[in-house]
Amino acid sequence: MQSIGEAFHLALSLVLSGEADLYEIVGLSLRVSLSATVLACGIGLPIGALIAVSRFRGRGLVLIVMNALMGLPPVVVGLLVYLYLSRSGPLGFLGLLYTPGAMIFAQTILIVPIVAALSRQLLEDLHAEYAEQFRSLCLTRWQSVATLLWDGRYALLTVGLAGFGRAVAEVGAVIIVGGNIDHLTRVMTTAIALETSKGDLPLALALGIILLVLALGVNAGVQALRMTAARQAHV
Amino acid sequence: MTIARLIASTALTLGLAGAAIAQEQSIIVQSTTSTANSGLYDYLLPIYTAESGITVNVVAVGTGQAIKNAENCDGDLLLVHAKPSEEKFVEAGFGTTRTDLMYNDFVIVGPEADPAGVKGMDDVEAALTKISEAGALFASRGDDSGTHKKEVALWKDAGIDPTAASGEWYRETGSGMGATLNAGIGMGAYVLTDRATWISFQNKQDYAIEVEGDENLFNQYGVIPVNPEKCPSVKIDAAQDFADWLISDEGQKVIADYKIDGQQLFFPNAPKS
Repeated sequence: MQSIGEAFHLALSLVLSGEADLYEIVGLSLRVSLSATVLACGIGLPIGALIAVSRFRGRGLVLIVMNALMGLPPVVVGLLVYLYLSRSGPLGFLGLLYTPGAMIFAQTILIVPIVAALSRQLLEDLHAEYAEQFRSLCLTRWQSVATLLWDGRYALLTVGLAGFGRAVAEVGAVIIVGGNIDHLTRVMTTAIALETSKGDLPLALALGIILLVLALGVNAGVQALRMTAARQAHV
Repeated sequence: MTIARLIASTALTLGLAGAAIAQEQSIIVQSTTSTANSGLYDYLLPIYTAESGITVNVVAVGTGQAIKNAENCDGDLLLVHAKPSEEKFVEAGFGTTRTDLMYNDFVIVGPEADPAGVKGMDDVEAALTKISEAGALFASRGDDSGTHKKEVALWKDAGIDPTAASGEWYRETGSGMGATLNAGIGMGAYVLTDRATWISFQNKQDYAIEVEGDENLFNQYGVIPVNPEKCPSVKIDAAQDFADWLISDEGQKVIADYKIDGQQLFFPNAPKS
């Protein structure tokens, strides 16, 4: 178990050494997963809100499917995206395979169901409070959706964070569609997988610690943003 | 910042990333893992890129997957170690020509306790027979990689069908060389590995090389440019340039120069032009 202490020490010295390679990998991890989170929110939040305010036949089935898709295995998403983006696949002409764009694409697909399903639950509860008011104001469905998304924005940040957490932690999808290419598509999780396969367990663990701290930082940043905004709203 | 603006900026980053890649000369090499995990590329590629201006991006997967990916046109050059599969790849028209590049050898590593008593043997068939008779644990790649194909051929030569004991003493990990070594060492199993990966592997614990030196353990690497007639997207000029450099006197010398702890990992043997 001495390797855990060694890993903490190594993680600290890695960060302090200011090694360009490490910052490149950290930067790409953040860029890919944050982009995927933003895209997934752009797609998933309206879907979640729309389903929250709608009543239609087969709604129960849609909810079950949506909730089940939260458990999409990353490696399956990676494989599907690979088949589409491969030069011999239908989207091969884009030349996206083995680029950060492909990784963003795969992670977006992975977390859209999470964003949609969680926001649906959250906004449906909010809608229950607002429904009467909406009716008295004769809001259209799209106006209701917009109002719900705006009023629930702070709570929805947590939904975004759940998506980000899933994206930044997964390795199965990005290693297939990104290829773990040094200086091009290597992110934290694929670097950890690589160091593990080289048998350099302390370095792999050190990178894991840095990844955790990174996720902590993003969450703290969003929390601070949320508190500042909420305070201003109540002034 | 509104969501719309965030999306717009994301789309912009995506577009820029695509443009940057198209601009510079770069090729994708579908490669076996041993050449990457052993650090050969980290040593060799900067030298080549400095001379040629061509960036070489390496996707390191098992030989089986590397060939599949190249057949899907997702690479410009193939660098693997399973001669029969490579020749099939060229015959089917996916590659232009196959050239011998370099070799090293396979070894069987095992725990200090050596439950099957194979330490110091140089006859791999006899060693595998002893392991199977003792029912000692053996961790196999089981992933259709070059090393796995080699291992399957060795068992066949020894007249043993280890898959009959799959899940008992024969453990197929279905993963890469490093992961299989980690798993094998974790359970005290014998593992067949290429020497380069073993020398550079850092989680050896009490493991050491126990069987080596049989000529059947020879491990030949080959290099094949992907055929532009099958795959129009292939950057054949750059791929051919890299392949030519690898088999040139200079490239061969660079390969020979790569050492870890004073040990040479790969032995160049491209045909002299």
